[in-house]
Amino acid sequence: MSEAWVALALTLKVAGWATAINLVLGVGVGYALARWRFAGRDLLDAALTLPMVMPPTVLGYYLLVVIGSQGVIGAWLLQTFGIRLIFSWQAAVIAATIVAFPLVFKAARAAFEQVDPQLEDAARTLGLGEWGVFFRVSLPLAWRGILAGLLLSFARALGEFGATLMVAGSIVGQTQTLSIAVYEAVQAGQDDTANFLVAVTSLVCLSVLLSAGRLVPGRVAART
Amino acid sequence: MLTRLPRLLFLTLAAWLSLAAQAGEVVVSAAASMTQALRDLAPLFEAAHPDTRLRLNFGASGALLTQIARGAPADVFLSADAETMDQAQSRGLVAREQRRDVASNALVVIVPAASTRSPKALADLAGAGYARIAIGLPASVPVGRYAMGVLEAANLWGAIGPKMIGAHHVRQALDYVARGEVDAGFVYATDAANLPGKVRVAFTVPTATPIRYPVAVLAGAPQPQEAARFVDFLFTPAAQAVLARHGFGRP
Repeated sequence: MSEAWVALALTLKVAGWATAINLVLGVGVGYALARWRFAGRDLLDAALTLPMVMPPTVLGYYLLVVIGSQGVIGAWLLQTFGIRLIFSWQAAVIAATIVAFPLVFKAARAAFEQVDPQLEDAARTLGLGEWGVFFRVSLPLAWRGILAGLLLSFARALGEFGATLMVAGSIVGQTQTLSIAVYEAVQAGQDDTANFLVAVTSLVCLSVLLSAGRLVPGRVAART
Repeated sequence: MLTRLPRLLFLTLAAWLSLAAQAGEVVVSAAASMTQALRDLAPLFEAAHPDTRLRLNFGASGALLTQIARGAPADVFLSADAETMDQAQSRGLVAREQRRDVASNALVVIVPAASTRSPKALADLAGAGYARIAIGLPASVPVGRYAMGVLEAANLWGAIGPKMIGAHHVRQALDYVARGEVDAGFVYATDAANLPGKVRVAFTVPTATPIRYPVAVLAGAPQPQEAARFVDFLFTPAAQAVLARHGFGRP
């Protein structure tokens, strides 16, 4: 059963990285879309939401074409640094990040839009710079919504399967996440392994949801 | 309006269920390496038997066996190796007298067409030039089991196993090589012939057990008569000619 723990550790690592990257990217993009007016804003919002509605296989194919060793970015990485992304755990992180990204930036945008601009203006009149306003006024006020989005994105990243399957190659400890390990065990008719993996996955998801329930109201209570 | 809703739902469900299992429809679960050949054969069979429609379901033989064992309503099973069919037989999914070999194939090592190197023998794959090698997952993919078998017999599994990029069916291994994501891969000769511009056959690997494709009507087939007709059709000269055109050998 040690393979299950290896898969669990890898899954947590991949989902953790994806969530950390999305914290930075999602909050940045969400803030930009909420505060700035520019041409093509709706189009950009729609394009960034695509990974959530597109079939994961389409995303997996895009990834193969873009970061594959013959792809636009992949070929450059291979020639310049000798890095091959496909079949590495980093490729799984990229897949999970893209799939979960809309959940964070959508939540962040909505949360920033809820923040009263007068509070930000008040901070400016009191002498705070733009970064100060963002970190000491906007972000703390929007934090609850962002955190909810982050937890959802973590859960989505944990369960990512389709795109990962296409760029992963199923290497134990490197790209074989829990969902792929389950798929393989079922394909091979290894019910004992599958049962164990499914139980582990269910427990992990349940604990994520439970901690989400505890964490989010707790933050709010601390703030108000 | 609301009172009619349950009845409407029921009728929709009933219509949908009846569509799922239509009379005269034969479900064929076949090894992924047979994809193109069977797609070419299906119209020939349907032209000769206008009342019967074929539904083709492709996958790794081991994965198909798992589906069938779980009660997937398949009529015909075409496996890429004897071992998977043995398992089907020992589980009582197939009667022994039903089983016949329909075609044969060969195991080859392929490299991307753009690759400057060409391995000459299995031992070359243990070298540093071959960092990633696509092999079907041995637990469910016959081509992976054949590859693992020859590598173990040559005492090379220890050196090459860690370089393995596991594919969920033979076509995925082929795709990895064609895209240049791996340095080499184990596939069937027929798969390699499918993408001549993208992959190159380095050498053919002799296997301890010959690669044969057994086909059988399943014990639980919803349409046993039509299924038997399809299996018989596979042995007609016309069907064997199509298989030969796709590179399959005589059974």
